[in-house]
Amino acid sequence: MSTCCTPEPYEPPAPGADSSRLRTIALIGPPNSGKSTLFNRLTGLRQKVANYPGVTVEQRMGAMAGIGRSDLTLIDLPGIYSLDPFSEDARVSVEVLEGRMPGTPKPDAILLVLDSLHLTRQLMLAAPVLGLGLPTMVLLNMSDLMETRGGEIDPLRLAQELGAPVARISAVKGSGMEAIQLFLNRHRGEDANQAAITVLPVVGNAVSAHKWAAQVSARTGYRAPLSAEASRKVDAVLLHRIWGPLFFLVVVFSVFEVVFSIGQPLSDGLGDVLARAGTWATNFLPNDWLRSLVLDGAWKGVTSVLVFLPQILLLFLFIGILEDSGYLARAALIADRVMRTIGLNGKAFIPLLSAYACAVPAIMATRTIENKRDRLATILVTPFMTCSARLPVYMLFIAAFIPPIAFVHGLVGLQTLVMLGLYLLGFLAALATARLLKSSILKSSQTPFILELPQYRMPTLRSIGLRLWDRGSVFLRQAGSVILVVTLGLWVLANFPRHHGVAPELTESIIGRLGHWMEPAIAPLGFNWKIGIGLLSSVLAREVMVGTMGTLYGADPQTQSLSLQTALHHDLHLGGAIALMVFFAFAMQCTSTMAVVRRETNSWRWPVIQFLYMLVLAWGAAFAANWAVHLIWG
Amino acid sequence: MLSELEVGTTGIIESVDLPPSVHNHLMYMGFLPNARVEVLHRAPAGDPTVYAIDGLEIALRRETAQAIQVRMTRPVRPSATETARKSERKARR
Repeated sequence: MSTCCTPEPYEPPAPGADSSRLRTIALIGPPNSGKSTLFNRLTGLRQKVANYPGVTVEQRMGAMAGIGRSDLTLIDLPGIYSLDPFSEDARVSVEVLEGRMPGTPKPDAILLVLDSLHLTRQLMLAAPVLGLGLPTMVLLNMSDLMETRGGEIDPLRLAQELGAPVARISAVKGSGMEAIQLFLNRHRGEDANQAAITVLPVVGNAVSAHKWAAQVSARTGYRAPLSAEASRKVDAVLLHRIWGPLFFLVVVFSVFEVVFSIGQPLSDGLGDVLARAGTWATNFLPNDWLRSLVLDGAWKGVTSVLVFLPQILLLFLFIGILEDSGYLARAALIADRVMRTIGLNGKAFIPLLSAYACAVPAIMATRTIENKRDRLATILVTPFMTCSARLPVYMLFIAAFIPPIAFVHGLVGLQTLVMLGLYLLGFLAALATARLLKSSILKSSQTPFILELPQYRMPTLRSIGLRLWDRGSVFLRQAGSVILVVTLGLWVLANFPRHHGVAPELTESIIGRLGHWMEPAIAPLGFNWKIGIGLLSSVLAREVMVGTMGTLYGADPQTQSLSLQTALHHDLHLGGAIALMVFFAFAMQCTSTMAVVRRETNSWRWPVIQFLYMLVLAWGAAFAANWAVHLIWG
Repeated sequence: MLSELEVGTTGIIESVDLPPSVHNHLMYMGFLPNARVEVLHRAPAGDPTVYAIDGLEIALRRETAQAIQVRMTRPVRPSATETARKSERKARR
């Protein structure tokens, strides 16, 4: 989705008169300690995502409604290993904790989440965090898992050692939440210095921090659980020389096959229902321009985009499962060798893969790449990956122009192959461009590739559901705002200027003239003027294209009664249709992506270069595709 | 060198010779002197390699692992470690 992931601004609650009350709580912990799960558990659905001002680190905030304390705001800090200001993540955390981050209130208390499975190493973060002097509660997450695997810890002893309350919790199962409630009820802000009573060692470097952590865990009777044999056994297959890459390809292929073969009938069904609902509802309106505006303008445009909701949810479902299960890190490992040949490393693969959903969060995810030039190269190639906003366009034109032929006993469909080909095209363009950049203007020395592989976990219904709800509601909101406005605007442009109160022929309307005016530029690609208007409107967001087509063909009396797929055949040939899909594979039609690139690179230079480069490439490739189709099929 | 250890073997870290920022990051992940490191898997292409250290699984490329000096621990037959693990697990119950 092009604007799906634009962070919403978050307004921190205004400081009340009662200054001794707790208001803001910070949640901090090492990566993979289960912090996000706990954040979701504590806040429920009431959370907002934004960016810290000036830096590219994501900020999540939410009222703690999950435990009935909506009066408290929970800030999720980035997952970090230490408070060393070496990485941007750690710098942001320190600034937030010390109240120096503009626009973010200073936390009154801290919840420190540690993974009980690796407590010794995780305790290295405890000393500097407790040393900040804020009321802090230490949460030993995954304690249930630790016990079943034979680990042990004495929480009371640990609380004495740290001078802070300690609770065993399981964020996944939701146990131990009452301990957090108790801690929050007890602390009212006035005993903020309590934690400072226990003298903690000043730990300067990793060696002394580890020594201290090892001593503490020894004194508190901590016994590390046996390592997860299951996870290693799974990796013995999934990272196998032959089965590993094979499994990877099968996963990718089945995702697209399911999105297409299950998503398409669902979309068609939804489309039928929506079309009938529109006709039925507008029967109450007089048969004049108003009905035309509501039905042909607004309803047809908006519903032609709405029908893609099932496919988009399916795609996000699969990406969510891959990410939450821990497989995405393995994919990065498998991909490292390929990524190296283009001058990047496996970490660049994760943003590239999540860009299949949306380039905006993918570009924000590039901040895990330490090398600045590698990161810029990844940002510049990410929009080539086939995001879900291209999906509606591909779906429409494939369904309209590619026959549903099946091979291998119906297991592989031609439509799926064409779809996969388009995905491959974007991927190859990204690789080639990265290679070009890394061997010219963004040449740099290799940075080490250090990747932590989380243990495999069963994705929870809760977290996947939350993700789908989030994406689905943003998609619907967009269909109700941007796309509605664009389609209404198009209807007006298509129905004016009026002669004696009668709507003009489409070619005589404002939009028709505009389209004809730009036709010479796109005629070599096999596009007609209606496609031209679609391209112009899709600069806002790719999926607007489909709504525009719906409105334009709905406004044309010759195609008004036809379904959009049939209507397209009226004045578009196979060459033009293929060229159009190729054009969409390459072109940068997404204002949200440009805005996020501008923010992440801190200048307009890169988004402008990126836009022009992608436009030229798209025009050239579409021209070649149209020409090739004509050559082969006449 | 860590990169020379075979899959399934274990070594003890002696020294790390990398730029300070990288070195520091690795140390917070557990790559400290005298830490035990086990070679778990190699990626399908033969590189990077997954190492188990301090209960974590970390993947490093060959060129990074080459900068980490290790001494070999006494080679133990895999079946022996497996039995030892199983009996330890039983004892804990």
